[in-house]
Amino acid sequence: MRLIAFWRSHAAELAALLGQHVFLVGVSTLAAVLIGVPIGLLAAKRPRLGAPVVWLANVAQTIPSLAMFGFLLPLPIVGGLGARVAITVLVLYALLPIVRATIVGIAGVDRSVREAGVAMGMTPRQLLRRVELPLALPSIVSGVRVAAVVGVGSATIAAAIGAGGLGQYIYRGLSMVDTTVILAGAIPAALLALLVDGGLLWTERQLSHRGRRRSPRAVVMAAAAIAGLLLAGSAAIAGRSSGVIVVGSKNFTEQLILGEIVAQAIERDTGLTVRRQLNLGGTLICDRALLAGEVDVYVEYTGTALTAIFRQPPSTDRDGVLRTVRQLYADSGRTLLAPLGFDNTFAILVRGKDARELGLRTIADMARVTPRWRAGFGYEFLERPDGYPGLAKTYRLAFAAPPQIMDLALTYRALAAGQVDVIAGDATAGLIASLDLVQLEDDRHYFPPYDAVPVARAATLLRYPQVRVALQRLGQRISAADMRAMNQAADGQRLDPAEVARRFLDRPR
Amino acid sequence: MTEPAAIVFERVSVARGGPPILNGVDLTLERGETVALVGRSGAGKSTILKLVNRLLTPDAGRILVSGRPTTEWDPYDLRRNVGYVLQEIALFPHMSIAENIAVVPRLRGWDEGKVTARVRELLELTGLGGSDFAIRRPHELSGGQRQRVGVARALAADPPILLMDEPFGALDPMTRREMHEQLRRIQEQVRKTILIVTHDMGEAFAMGSRVGVLADGALAALDTPRAIARSEDPRVKGLLAPLFEATAALQGGAP
Repeated sequence: MRLIAFWRSHAAELAALLGQHVFLVGVSTLAAVLIGVPIGLLAAKRPRLGAPVVWLANVAQTIPSLAMFGFLLPLPIVGGLGARVAITVLVLYALLPIVRATIVGIAGVDRSVREAGVAMGMTPRQLLRRVELPLALPSIVSGVRVAAVVGVGSATIAAAIGAGGLGQYIYRGLSMVDTTVILAGAIPAALLALLVDGGLLWTERQLSHRGRRRSPRAVVMAAAAIAGLLLAGSAAIAGRSSGVIVVGSKNFTEQLILGEIVAQAIERDTGLTVRRQLNLGGTLICDRALLAGEVDVYVEYTGTALTAIFRQPPSTDRDGVLRTVRQLYADSGRTLLAPLGFDNTFAILVRGKDARELGLRTIADMARVTPRWRAGFGYEFLERPDGYPGLAKTYRLAFAAPPQIMDLALTYRALAAGQVDVIAGDATAGLIASLDLVQLEDDRHYFPPYDAVPVARAATLLRYPQVRVALQRLGQRISAADMRAMNQAADGQRLDPAEVARRFLDRPR
Repeated sequence: MTEPAAIVFERVSVARGGPPILNGVDLTLERGETVALVGRSGAGKSTILKLVNRLLTPDAGRILVSGRPTTEWDPYDLRRNVGYVLQEIALFPHMSIAENIAVVPRLRGWDEGKVTARVRELLELTGLGGSDFAIRRPHELSGGQRQRVGVARALAADPPILLMDEPFGALDPMTRREMHEQLRRIQEQVRKTILIVTHDMGEAFAMGSRVGVLADGALAALDTPRAIARSEDPRVKGLLAPLFEATAALQGGAP
């Protein structure tokens, strides 16, 4: 089985990711207990004070995790990239079940038992410590169990902000469209959740006074086992070297390769230590991370920066876009370096056979034949301001039928199989070469430019001028064909992005 | 100087924002005597007990414990010096029997050696010395055994005063009789001042050296069991009726 083989060949990495995962869940659950139990006690004893806090915990629960990462990234102490912010988010999610379970536990203490404690001469604090807390403990542990099991699942999202954990395999698998890699992360995460659930359920039963007599030794052993796992996890995290230059990337294949190219170029040219924060969950998170100083450099696309980051209207003027974006970055303390040499724009793709037989070179050429053709587009292309409606208008395109909507990844195969005759793909998709597709030239310059350009923190470049030199040397080195070939090597031949980048940099200029 | 009385109620009234529960109650318990108060449900029996260890404070009048008003006692100190057997027994379910009995001694900071010895002594005294009762949990015991633990817990720190709230209400008549016997034997050994409240005149006669009848928030009578049994007061006779009827039925004739 490929899955077993994958685990075998990645055993050390799997162990490290598992350790990180346990660490994230363990630390966040522990912190949530330390915060949540006192809140629960307060809410149980002083409902008027406690109610707003419970309400807040409720609200925190409903915020989607990626949005939460976005809010937290720029904040000091709890923010940033990596384990810290992931733990903050996980703590916020874990609070509610623990607070609730504490309230339920305290409220469930028999009135007459509480009265007996008071009548024996216990102070409120003694009553809490000797009677109420021990009796509420099974309920509190059940809350911790819910929080920890949910935490194991939620922690997979931590990979989106570079905190590691088993989610890294899931994200990697999603971006490579490789089920084996997804399962390599998902299965251990599910097993871990079952293990945590079983372990805490057992502890809960041991603590319940209705059950058999408590066996303190067993509880101590369980606690020791958890502590041991935590230590192992923290060692795995501490083992990551704290580097000098941090290179980031978004979470798809091309970005992973570009991240590796930038990282290795800096390593080769400057000898500085580079730390990789690859696979970050999207444009927004990369941008926030750069602003917050959690990442020193990553590769962005000019059109994306213009519209998504700086919220400007799209433009088709390549040099104008580059100038505008460079200026906007400079205003916020970032430096746009030299474009890498390829444009990851929408590509209007047709079968190579059709292009040759019909003599199609440009989109304008195609307009002659489209009345007999069918088109297949991804949903996004049909909706975007720089998508299909403008394209049809610019080139006066008419089709035999309205364009078919399908998943972007499927359009390539649909085209190759002859189900549709033209698609709007990704200019650097590895499949273009392997499926013998041809990109028609946008001769009326309809599509805005999406030139790939490294963007770095100005402060970093000032401190390490050699990094600027290394990055500028990458300028104009990667053609669209190069990028397609590298994407194909990673996605099609399943080469490691780091290896793909190494081969590229090893190539003589 | 004479020893002060163990418990004194002086014109004590309690209303708690509604109709009066107690209305000018006077009551004195000498050291070492057992007084049983009888009354219907809602006659204010539990209220009287809670006033003694200051779970409640009166709206008027005052209560002296060992000569000191309860309001001048540190409430925690007061409660640790007054043993209390609750109506619901209410043992701590998460503690073993030994731990339950050790609660007040530990609150008073006894050293563990002394606590252990005292727990063993009380288990013997209440007839739970055999077997492994000490390490069992409350839910593993029968109702009668639990009630004995309740008594042992109340006596643990050797308080001069013992309050008992319907202590044997939940037990079957046979077990209850045994408990009365046992408590009397214990009392011969420990000589506490005991204030016991009950709705059962039979229990009051069995336990009390004096019996009081609570009605309409006041003490309708307070005397020896013999004198109470001959009372002509309708409030007292109402409570005595079930006893006489039982006796008459046994003798096979109408009263």
